[in-house]
Amino acid sequence: MSQSAPVAQAAISAESMRGPVAGAESAGESALGGEPQYDLRRKPRVAESIIQGFLFLCGAISILTTLGIVYVLGRESLLFFANEEVNLLKFFGGTEWQPAISRFGIWPLVTATLMASLIAMAVALPVGLCIAIFLSEYASQRTRSILKPILEILAGIPTVVYGYFALTFMTPLLRGTFGRDIVEIYNTASAGIVIGILVIPLVSSMSEDALSAVPGSLRQASYGLGATRLETALRIVLPAALSGVAAAFIVAISRAIGETMIVAIAAGAGPNFTFSPFRAAETMTGHIVRISGGDLSYDSFDYNSIFAIGLLLFLITLSLNVLSQWIVRRFREEYE
Amino acid sequence: MMAVHQQHSAARPTDGLMPSGPAYREQVVARQRRGRLWAVIFQAAVLSGIIALCALLFNILNQSFGYVAIVNNIDPAELAIDGVPLNELTKDQLVGILEANVSAGLMRRYEHDMPFSQRSSENVHELILERVVEPQVQASWGLFESVFARGSIFVEAEERFPGSDVYFRSWLTTSFISKSQSSEPLRAGVRTAIFGSLWVVAITILFSFPIGVGAAIYLEEYAHKERLLNRLIQTNINNLAGVPSIIYGMLGLAIFVRILEAFTSGAIFGVGDQSTANGRTIISAGLTLGLLILPLIIINGQEAIRAVPSSLRQSGFGLGATHWQVIWHHVLPSALPGILTGTILATSRAIGETAPLVVVGASTFIALDPSGPFSKFTVLPIQIYQWTSRPQDEFRNLAAAAILVLLVLLLTMNASAVLLRNHFDRGQASAYRSIYKNDCCHKTSRSDRIRSN
Repeated sequence: MSQSAPVAQAAISAESMRGPVAGAESAGESALGGEPQYDLRRKPRVAESIIQGFLFLCGAISILTTLGIVYVLGRESLLFFANEEVNLLKFFGGTEWQPAISRFGIWPLVTATLMASLIAMAVALPVGLCIAIFLSEYASQRTRSILKPILEILAGIPTVVYGYFALTFMTPLLRGTFGRDIVEIYNTASAGIVIGILVIPLVSSMSEDALSAVPGSLRQASYGLGATRLETALRIVLPAALSGVAAAFIVAISRAIGETMIVAIAAGAGPNFTFSPFRAAETMTGHIVRISGGDLSYDSFDYNSIFAIGLLLFLITLSLNVLSQWIVRRFREEYE
Repeated sequence: MMAVHQQHSAARPTDGLMPSGPAYREQVVARQRRGRLWAVIFQAAVLSGIIALCALLFNILNQSFGYVAIVNNIDPAELAIDGVPLNELTKDQLVGILEANVSAGLMRRYEHDMPFSQRSSENVHELILERVVEPQVQASWGLFESVFARGSIFVEAEERFPGSDVYFRSWLTTSFISKSQSSEPLRAGVRTAIFGSLWVVAITILFSFPIGVGAAIYLEEYAHKERLLNRLIQTNINNLAGVPSIIYGMLGLAIFVRILEAFTSGAIFGVGDQSTANGRTIISAGLTLGLLILPLIIINGQEAIRAVPSSLRQSGFGLGATHWQVIWHHVLPSALPGILTGTILATSRAIGETAPLVVVGASTFIALDPSGPFSKFTVLPIQIYQWTSRPQDEFRNLAAAAILVLLVLLLTMNASAVLLRNHFDRGQASAYRSIYKNDCCHKTSRSDRIRSN
């Protein structure tokens, strides 16, 4: 009863609304006893349902992509580990990656990846954060409107161009600075620094978004208490935006780990278990590119092995991305 | 402010409550000094970013132009007949020179490719340069040196390569753009790679634009946000945007190149190059990049659709339009500029993408233009990668010139995206959008940044 009342109401109002528009028609109908003759039930519309179904499929393709990635990486990795010479202990315990002579230690590739990423972060985090603070707290509207497009250009340059830059500019620069005997032609330091330059725009723009989202009242209160601009920026605004800044850092690390072309061009071709940034060492992504760039036959050992490396890479970057989303959700300061 | 405080300190009721005294004043000065120091540091950080960009551009320009030292196998002056220089000879004379200097087999091959009677004299002249004169680059110098240390270049070239021809060369020329790949740096060009890039990007857009916009419409207009499946799709899309591009390459290698080989090689349609039929074709690459930029297009599309005010939808429903009619006639036209801007930015990302295409198997050396979606291909970034990986300097110069081509292409696309945004923002039906504009653009730029390499 309570449910039917509004429906009746709606029917009446629909009737009255249509009255003047379709006057003759409704006059004829009301002669049949005054009951509303309009069928107000939702009409089944086949075309609409088909469209909705198609649109759902479009959305579902993203799920299929993820499933595809997991299936492909998982299946080929299983084939890799199914080989009797390989096992997880060797994979995670060995320090030599030479599949040709059955050495399957992943560590040389992982250390090179971590080293390049660490160097990149040492460049990108301070510079990116400083740029973000400058843009958000110091720069005038006019300065921002000049600087942000420059950063966008930096972000839009293809990574292969950065690779070229690393090999033809950064490496000679490093070799000139530290000596040609110390710095090899291919080295992780050069690749790492250029990856750092590559992710600066990412760090600065994501951090700046977080800093700008801090309400102005906090800044005003801080100034009112006599704090300088620097103290306000570092002790009030930055802590308030910390979750966003931390998320930016983690996304940047994930991006640096997954970066491929720079290390493929500048870091060296050949797994090398070393902790010296000036020596050639191949990262996970660099290894995948080099192996798959040659003539690779399906189901060969090399073919399966790059999928195992890919799976590890996927898991690392995915967990970093999930971590960054979790940090934003968990530690975000709400001011509204 | 301090001075004011002290002048009136006697009359102030806050006397004794507010800090004062020389120790305090010193502290304030120190704090302000620290503030100024850090302001300089922040500015230096900004400056270092700009310097990095300038260094990158300088480096590329520096390598694209400059002096080269060239040694010819046979001096063109020796080929002159009766004092008439090579480039003024008639065609018959040129053919005669060619005949006298190359093997009969090669002549037959040229005749087979295109009879000499049909060739122009420029063409024969080019063949002579290629086969008889055979210029070889011995060394190349950067633009910076070429401008500021000209003298020493000539001296050095004379010492190291006696008899060499030293002249200023721009590696980026019209013939560089119009010629196909060659193992000779002086004659190599990027036409094949440009065509490859255009083909791949065309497939990418055809695949990802309809699907991406469709998914964005579904998520914004149809999906109930509370339902688990829809939440899963949304989370999933955000995560996909952070997957390294090389992983997409491996996905493409396993799915498109291998499992769908019959389709991607064109075998089931009876087209494609039958002799080397495998799945390493344009369509595999296009679909792989399509999957790669799909999350970007969806996220951008969602933001554009979200920025359409709901009053527009409500008035459409109020007039009795169906859900799809409201979307097609009202929501999409209003959201289109935002969607297109996002798509162009995603496309420029696809054009610069290298790693997934190496994995999918873009061919490294291809001299024939791609003829369709099922042909083998190479793209500009791969060409750059290949040239950069070569040890010889002259290939670095080629790579720099190819990078300039790529950057100009990307700049054109990004500029058109900006123009499009501005054009529609100033357009008539966008009075309401100006309210939402800042919000929309803010978010759009943010989602661009959440992209993997």
